[in-house]
Amino acid sequence: MSDTVMTRREWLLTDRPQSRLQARLGRAYLTWSRFAANKLAVIGLGIILLLLFVAAVAPLLAPHSPYIGDLKNARLLAPSATNWLGTDDQGRDILSRLIYGSRLTLQVIVLVAVIAAPIGLLVGTAAGYAGGWVDAVLMRITDIFLAFPKLVLALAFVAALGPGIENAIIAIALTSWPPYARIARAETLTVRNSDYIAAVKLMGASPMRIVLRHIMPLCISSLIVRVTLDMAGIILTAAGLGFLGLGAQPPLPEWGAMIASGRRFILDQWWVAAAPGAAILIVSLGFNLLGDGLRDALDTRSGGQ
Amino acid sequence: MSTLLHVEDLRVSFPTRTGVVEAVRGVSFALGQERLGIVGESGSGKSQTGRAIMGLTPLQAEIKARRLEFNGIDLLKASAAERRALRGNRIAMILQDPKYSLDPVMTIGRQIVETLRTHEKVGKSEARARALDMLAAVQIRDPKRVYDLYPHEVSGGMGQRAMIAMMLIAGPELLIADEPTSALDVTVQLDILRILDRLVIDRGMGLIFISHDLRLVSTFCDRVIVMYAGKIVEELKASELSQAKHPYTQGLLNCMPKIGENRHPLPVLDRQPEWLL
Amino acid sequence: MTPALAIDKLRVVYDDFIALKDVSLTVAQGESFGLVGESGSGKSTLLRAVAGLAPVTSGTIDVGGKRLGKTREKEFYRQVQMVFQDPYGSLHPRQTVDRLLLEPLDIHGFADTEKRIQRALDEVGLGSGFRFRYSHQLSGGQRQRVAIARALILEPSVLLLDEPTSALDASVQAEVLNLLEQIRRNRKLTFVMVSHDLGVITHMCERLMVMQTGEEVERLEAGDLASRKVTKDYTRNLLVASEGFVREP
Repeated sequence: MSDTVMTRREWLLTDRPQSRLQARLGRAYLTWSRFAANKLAVIGLGIILLLLFVAAVAPLLAPHSPYIGDLKNARLLAPSATNWLGTDDQGRDILSRLIYGSRLTLQVIVLVAVIAAPIGLLVGTAAGYAGGWVDAVLMRITDIFLAFPKLVLALAFVAALGPGIENAIIAIALTSWPPYARIARAETLTVRNSDYIAAVKLMGASPMRIVLRHIMPLCISSLIVRVTLDMAGIILTAAGLGFLGLGAQPPLPEWGAMIASGRRFILDQWWVAAAPGAAILIVSLGFNLLGDGLRDALDTRSGGQ
Repeated sequence: MSTLLHVEDLRVSFPTRTGVVEAVRGVSFALGQERLGIVGESGSGKSQTGRAIMGLTPLQAEIKARRLEFNGIDLLKASAAERRALRGNRIAMILQDPKYSLDPVMTIGRQIVETLRTHEKVGKSEARARALDMLAAVQIRDPKRVYDLYPHEVSGGMGQRAMIAMMLIAGPELLIADEPTSALDVTVQLDILRILDRLVIDRGMGLIFISHDLRLVSTFCDRVIVMYAGKIVEELKASELSQAKHPYTQGLLNCMPKIGENRHPLPVLDRQPEWLL
Repeated sequence: MTPALAIDKLRVVYDDFIALKDVSLTVAQGESFGLVGESGSGKSTLLRAVAGLAPVTSGTIDVGGKRLGKTREKEFYRQVQMVFQDPYGSLHPRQTVDRLLLEPLDIHGFADTEKRIQRALDEVGLGSGFRFRYSHQLSGGQRQRVAIARALILEPSVLLLDEPTSALDASVQAEVLNLLEQIRRNRKLTFVMVSHDLGVITHMCERLMVMQTGEEVERLEAGDLASRKVTKDYTRNLLVASEGFVREP
């Protein structure tokens, strides 16, 4: 058994790959082994995978309904065998609400990443590669967005668009792309005058092709790291908006909104606010650990040594 | 001629993911007040030899030697503090690119003065005077102006002169120059060599000149060590380089295109596996 | 016969700095022409201006009898290609050799990519074993071979060589120079080669131009250097310096 494992490892690590697939897998394997060497990063990855799993099978895991509680008998119960994390002021099981809330958290994270990162990447690489007035205009717009604190700007957007989870996501996405644009631009500036970009120009490649196929792949790894590290902040902003009543609306089990509703009983029934708080903490921590690990694993400067 | 440096069976190895890599595999030589050239291609271990003597090898590397002795001081047993005191004061090193060796946020003059004052107790005005003298000694035409410039404000040749001035201000007995002129134009290169040459003659300094350029080494040094794959394959007088015995040295000499010769194609080096032994 | 490359009073200005001052030059088809000079002589700028990588302020460039405009057409790149000095900087760090060679074929819409990549690798003496390696898995000499293969894959008639061997060890330099000569012979290519090394230039080129601070110093036949038939002091100094160190008595 160990023999076949060794040869598979050798196949991946060979410096003479025989096919595109083998070369790519070999590179992925190296990245993974660098990542896996960092125990904390693996823990972070584990937390995120757990979140994904919980969100995927929420109806199977949740012992009770997240929306319907027993107002008569089960208000603000302490943690027990039937309600592991207790119940809230509507008599709903907190654990079930947390489990369903993971779907909302995931929705926020994924949508923000899908909207904000590509906008930032596009704006940054375009500005950095084109230079001149294109750069000036795009970067001044970026600066305007950067000048406002994120939460304040998000508040303004939500106030204009109306409260609700979708609008909160749009607001957060619109406020989180500027740093990505800055990073992408900085990376673009360092590579745009390199010989390998000049060589591609000499192949007759159009500027569009150069940016999309040669510059963007170089920016993506630092962007992934940054987005991952920002995830904690995004979750907190979403929770903050929820807490202020501008994000997810009742009865959605959004974690921030759950803390807000638990605030009134924090002294006597602390678990109502503490449970979603802990969930936010753990997921944020997971993303931070993952981001740190990715930074080491994807570091372009260390090549593939 | 007294011997400054004894190196016997020097070995430098680096642990890597795939095993231990031996960069230097048993190098021995002795150096007096002379110009010793170490020649070899990339990966021959010539730079690691210089760094090991200087004490600049990365931490994870392992250095072994039967004897590594500078003026009676055992360099292998010396503490980090003792080595630091030696470095810059009695043993100095010049690297290829002055850009990476000079502090970019400090004027050239101040860097030289700081170097001097870490090794000697001298007053401010005396230190300044000596720094200006040193800049003049490396043939900088307007030392007062250069004194107040930042490294990025000077050309490559000027930067390298400033670097040499900084390295020599404390009056070292041994100078290790690792490709000191490879980044420079040929004419500037010769100016720098002339400066080093005078310093060896006037101050009785020992010089280890590490380079890939056989032609330069053979015309500049007294003695040449040729390295291949971490070992010395040949040691000879610089003037007798053309009579080199080892096929590697001969191959290196032959494969360079020369003005007035018509050899198409150029002879290439046929590396023999037994050279590695 | 129309010259492969004709440059007339070419001037390149960066902001306030004049990198190239009205240099004129004609290179015949199949000729190998050398540009020699120290840093700041404008020799590399001249190559980059021809390739469209440096801004032309005034003057004209004709390739194969066709005047080049402000922007290069796609067709131009099938006639003129370039090999850069630094083998570590001219290959994309995230692409395999295969991808590097596929890119030009893809841009110009070649169909038989598989065959062409294979042939290009064979031509520069790298077997198919190197095809799926990343650039960090290659030595300096191998990288430069890949760069040459990439430049040749579009079958250009003019090859611009910007110090193609100055970052390589002497033994590797000899191999790469031999390869370049062989390719030139087989494909009847025109070379314009830049180097600071007089030995390399006289070995590779029939004619050469000595440059200093963006201007022409003098134009020579390769044999003139060997027989010391030079007229300018600057060239004489370069010649003396290239022989190594001379200890003054």
